[in-house]
Amino acid sequence: MGKRVAIVGTGQTHCRSARKDVNGQELINEAVVRALEDAELRRDDIDAIVIGNMDHFEGINYVDTWSVDGSGGFMKPIMKVTTGGTTGTTVAMAGYYHVASGLFDKVLAIGWEKNSESDTTGAIITAFDPVLDRPTFGGAVGGLAAAALRYMAMTGATERDAAMVAVRDRKHALNNPYAHLQLDLTIDDVMKTPMISYPIKYLDMCPRTDGACAVVFASEDVATKITQTPAWVQGTINRHNYALACDPSWDSLETLEEGSRILYERLGIKEPLKEFDVMELYTPSSFAGLQWIEELGLAKRGEAPKLVASGATNMGGELPINPSGGVLSSNPIGATGLQRVAECALQIMGKADKRQVPGAKLALATGFGGCFWSDIMAIGARKPA
Amino acid sequence: MDRVAIVGVGQTKYERRKKAETFADMVYEVTVKALEDAGLTIKDIGNVVTVSNDFWDGRTISSMAIQDACGSRHKDISTVEGDGLFGVFYGAMRILSGSFATTLVVAHMKGSESRMNLITNAMFDPIYSRMLGLDAITSAAMQARSYMDRFGITEEQCAKVSVKNHGNAKRNPLAQLPMDITVEDVMASRMLSDPVKLLDASPITDGAAAVILANGQAAAKAKTTPVWLKGVGHCSDAYHLGDRDLSRSPALAAAAKKAYAMAGIAKPLEQIDVAEVYDAFSYQELMWLEGLGFCEEGGAGRLIDEGVTQMNGKLPVNPSGGCLSAHAVMVAGLARLIEATLQVRGAAGKRQLSGCRTALAHGINGPCGQSHCVMIVGQQA
Repeated sequence: MGKRVAIVGTGQTHCRSARKDVNGQELINEAVVRALEDAELRRDDIDAIVIGNMDHFEGINYVDTWSVDGSGGFMKPIMKVTTGGTTGTTVAMAGYYHVASGLFDKVLAIGWEKNSESDTTGAIITAFDPVLDRPTFGGAVGGLAAAALRYMAMTGATERDAAMVAVRDRKHALNNPYAHLQLDLTIDDVMKTPMISYPIKYLDMCPRTDGACAVVFASEDVATKITQTPAWVQGTINRHNYALACDPSWDSLETLEEGSRILYERLGIKEPLKEFDVMELYTPSSFAGLQWIEELGLAKRGEAPKLVASGATNMGGELPINPSGGVLSSNPIGATGLQRVAECALQIMGKADKRQVPGAKLALATGFGGCFWSDIMAIGARKPA
Repeated sequence: MDRVAIVGVGQTKYERRKKAETFADMVYEVTVKALEDAGLTIKDIGNVVTVSNDFWDGRTISSMAIQDACGSRHKDISTVEGDGLFGVFYGAMRILSGSFATTLVVAHMKGSESRMNLITNAMFDPIYSRMLGLDAITSAAMQARSYMDRFGITEEQCAKVSVKNHGNAKRNPLAQLPMDITVEDVMASRMLSDPVKLLDASPITDGAAAVILANGQAAAKAKTTPVWLKGVGHCSDAYHLGDRDLSRSPALAAAAKKAYAMAGIAKPLEQIDVAEVYDAFSYQELMWLEGLGFCEEGGAGRLIDEGVTQMNGKLPVNPSGGCLSAHAVMVAGLARLIEATLQVRGAAGKRQLSGCRTALAHGINGPCGQSHCVMIVGQQA
């Protein structure tokens, strides 16, 4: 069997719509240095590096080899993984498996993106099949809008219901110094913003962001020597079931539902709303912030608006969701999933400062991307059996 | 290391242009072939690692195009962007973690739909070096010159590698360029970028490859004789060409050292029976043999002169024909591993070497072989 694995350090850059003060390597380095400082490790201590981003957002090919001046990868094992929006969680999973394999003790996982250097939507359009999908489902917003419409039709949820999520996540971001959008909004503010793709309005949608995140994964042999509060990876799973946007069932985000059910079973979780203390979810639109907590089993179909309205998912509620401000507040795409993982680790390690959920013992991070794909990682204070 | 075996392999024929097949068609073909080879079904596959590159595919999230073709529905899956051998390494780690009994690794490439010079120009730094027009060929030419000048390697010695590998390809039915050529033919071929001539360079290729990895228990269910992963290592050199000594490959030496230590190899030339190395250019086979410790620095010219790396030599190198005979980028390291596997399994057909127990496969990433992966496979775990 493999090694048990813990997160022992995290580092994030400040997120902005354009980080003109740094180039790509410098942006990466900012996160890497902070992660190493957090873990009190040096570059020499790192056994291997995993890095991820989406090529066409910066126009740099072979980022693993290009980035060594920023990542500290000179004369080290380095590998690139990338899966679109799920890249950040994919990087986290690769960091986990590197260590779990027993071949590496301390692995640095890096996600980054400098979206300001490209046409983000232009690049995303090319992800879709040129014949079957591109004319209808190009870009990130179209598919999310279609899913949102289906959700509203199925459940009777309203645009104002979704706006609650947009308000909540931006408000949470006020406590996160790294967040891109820190806004104190009302539902009416959201409702008044321009329509992008019905029913998604400007403030219902995530921004695009420059930023990087780095996480140090360590094996059970060294984790407790590095920190007294390791954040143990409890389990991880993903499902990337589709190749075409015309494949998914629009009735649910099947990949998240399927993946989370299997992971819960493995971890013995029966009532996720009660058993998890905090969640950092890759919900790129406010509507996803409603529907997908139903896929995660936090509410029955159609009851997410009621749960959100009750305040249960706010800071201080039964299950705070996205204390960091979530994807609606910061979205450096290749780093976005890894930020979710890092934020869960911060909560478990008790290092989340003003956004700390008191006594958080079990956290869930998700990634979303590609063609309605989902990655999931559970992180907790208890060393897995 | 715990036991990971290669129990199934599949490759397309490598061709200049596969006009009829999409990425998904090619991946489906090799997935089915690898499953048939292993005597397994897709239900036996625990998870999938795909290998692709958004630049070469001309698509963002290039892995999306082949999610269904590799049978990943309802399975864990990830994507390595880099040479296929790195994908195999990640696939093996996922087994070693105890999470999965089997991993399917697939890689695909349609060089025919790509613009090599623009795509490889994009691996150079956009601020400092991209505007110089560097690409895979011109940067390799600088490396070739640097290597040849330092160690007195001649163009003819490089040409001999090309003659050998195209000759080896005649016994590989999947190779793109089986050729009977002479050193004079190579020397007389069109100059691409001094000293690299057309026949010193690998071709543009369409193709795909797949392997199935299994832990000890799952390997017992496969119908093939398992070929065991005995050692693996990877390492990256500095990025800027000016920060490197291009005539040497310390990152390869470091990767090899790690793989050899795991596999218990102290004298590679004595203990390794065959090597499949990433000969994107003829000089690279020589350079990599030095980095891999088969001879001293600058000694690989002697190896080729003395016939050591010929099929009947002490260390046959690239019996498949190598990248010079078929270079589906991203796939190529996986193709090296498949040939190494077939040789150890004793299933390499007309090019089968006798007494082949331990084999080496090698893959590279980045400009001038900045990053290397070395894998040792053998008959015994």
